[in-house]
Amino acid sequence: MQPSSRDFKANAHRALGDATLQGALGFMMREGFAVRRAEAVARLPEFEALREAAKRLKDEVLQHLDFYLETFERNVERAGGAVHWCRTAAEAREAVLTICRDAGARIVTKGKSMVGEEIAINEALEANGIAPVETDLGEYIIQIRHEPPSHIVAPAVHLAKEQVAESFRATHRALDPARPLDQPRQMLDEARAILREKFLDADVGITGANFLVAETGSSIIVTNEGNGDLTQTLPKVHIVLASIEKVVPTLEDATLLLRLLARSATGQEFSTYTTISTGTRRDGDPDGPAAYHVVLVDNGRSALLGSVFQDMLRCIRCAACLNHCPVYGAVGGHAYGWVYPGPMGAVLTPALIGVGEAASLPEASTFCGRCESVCPVKIPLPRLMRHWRERAFAARLPPATQRWGLGAWVFLARRPALYRPLAAAAARLLGACGRGRGRFRALPLAGGWTDKRDLPAPAGRSFMSLWAERQKRRA
Amino acid sequence: MSAARDEILGRIRTALGPGSDAAADALAARLAAHPRHLVPARAQGLDRAQRVALFAALAVAADATVARVAQAADVPAAVAQYLAARNLAARVVMTPDPLLDQCPWPSAPMLAIRRGVAAADDAVGVSAAFAGIAETGTLMLISGPDSPTTNNFLPETHIVVLNEAQIVGIYEDAWDRLRAARMAGGVALPRTINLVTGPSRTGDIAQRLELGAHGPRRLHIVLVEGDDGGAAAER
Repeated sequence: MQPSSRDFKANAHRALGDATLQGALGFMMREGFAVRRAEAVARLPEFEALREAAKRLKDEVLQHLDFYLETFERNVERAGGAVHWCRTAAEAREAVLTICRDAGARIVTKGKSMVGEEIAINEALEANGIAPVETDLGEYIIQIRHEPPSHIVAPAVHLAKEQVAESFRATHRALDPARPLDQPRQMLDEARAILREKFLDADVGITGANFLVAETGSSIIVTNEGNGDLTQTLPKVHIVLASIEKVVPTLEDATLLLRLLARSATGQEFSTYTTISTGTRRDGDPDGPAAYHVVLVDNGRSALLGSVFQDMLRCIRCAACLNHCPVYGAVGGHAYGWVYPGPMGAVLTPALIGVGEAASLPEASTFCGRCESVCPVKIPLPRLMRHWRERAFAARLPPATQRWGLGAWVFLARRPALYRPLAAAAARLLGACGRGRGRFRALPLAGGWTDKRDLPAPAGRSFMSLWAERQKRRA
Repeated sequence: MSAARDEILGRIRTALGPGSDAAADALAARLAAHPRHLVPARAQGLDRAQRVALFAALAVAADATVARVAQAADVPAAVAQYLAARNLAARVVMTPDPLLDQCPWPSAPMLAIRRGVAAADDAVGVSAAFAGIAETGTLMLISGPDSPTTNNFLPETHIVVLNEAQIVGIYEDAWDRLRAARMAGGVALPRTINLVTGPSRTGDIAQRLELGAHGPRRLHIVLVEGDDGGAAAER
């Protein structure tokens, strides 16, 4: 997928004017995931302690990532599977294509995989005459609409049911054009019947992985629909797309993260289907894949180890940070212009496609801190966004006016003897001008603020002078 | 090994700094010991009746239905009743699981039973679970010659038989049972372990929850009380 993260401002502007999108986002932020997460957290008194334990676990894993990956590989091979190490998205695509070609694949079913989006596997398959079929309902909907996902857990959350119905009519041409499609149930039944055929026809099934277990050489997926299970059980070949930071040592460690994942993501006690897959079908097994391949993708992650961004590798992709972000809630996922939106995307995207491409994303935050406060592995997302802002500034990426403005402010802020009288004078001036109504409807250089809302007038005195006076009174 | 493998591991090691053999031994010991983390109190220290009650309550909360029968002999009638009450055809595909052989199926002559792997036109599946996990009302089904994974997903209605003695409190207890039963002597885990909490669902159209996405629309759990004091748990 060609990133459009550079155009965040224009993307966001368009999103704010899209009434359908605003309806979907409004519903989500008011009544959706965040509300159900809060209820699930309230039902589990240990939730906060589990967050701390999960943070420690992921830190420990990252500290010994080489050991756990090698152990994982050994145990995959012991169970009859193979691990394919891929440095880049291109290597990962090639690995998948080679496996598919060797299997003589024509149809490939897919469970939802963000790494699959990241490496743009569908385009690569199509270009090689292999038909990828997304089977997660949300992914299927956006696939037939030729759209990227707008949310890492609910990829079609930006759509209204009328848009889905329209796409189904346009795509499922063999069905009666007069059929009713005004209820989600009808659309679900239609998709279920169509995708059932695909499941049965597929030569290869591709899933992602929520976790890889070193102890057993297993991959774990978490779904609600059961599509990932049909995807990996019915075809002859199962390919797992996973990035290197998904590994955990043992089933007990996976359990700790599973206790947090569904609650943080959808507010469920546990997702409907948690599936642990290990190697190939065994002697005597009547079903299951005869081949099991784990395509293990680095694609920029090892470069984060030991850097100020290492904490980002703890992420378990629950999307709680998106669901609680006022910026995501206002503009939706497509505005971010690549695969990962919201606060986690604002930190991860510059790392994966370069800060030059994605410098606007870490700017798209009010630093309100809700993302960090709900993150199940306590990633300091605002701090990491700040680090990207620093790098972008150092690389002279923001517009010149912004850099000069900041430069001037830095110059003054570092010289208190200059800053204080200037700030006091500005406060006095604004205070005097705004005395009448106590706020400004318009102000030179502040149109970005006052176009949408009034700016409160300062009290006329700076905090420093009020503080100094108060200290004097006390003395 | 591949150049990519060497380079990825090399970058990781450079970033982390040098390890030592002693550290590797400690990590191997950690894997072998697989220590538990903090475990929620809600499912700990419960007796069997409490575990069963919690399991059933949470399974129902996840939109499953639960029936309890006194013994294996009552299972066929319970299955037939469930299907009749919902106007579902009394035709089932049943896994060849020996646990299900303990049930006297001829006692429900209305039930047409095929043993084997589910096919596209099988509407009702009957399977046996390896364990139940009270903490979240979750079933644990494992693949093997007698328990195809396909049967857990293709049929629209899935009926799972579970002996109450096999209900554990927490996931960690289920892992211990699994290791003892299936991983002794360094054997790999079974190909597929399905942890199932309620029927299939999706919220992907207009954020409205609907049951029966790709997997079963109905999940019915038949709990067998049993009078053997837990001997049936050994499997």
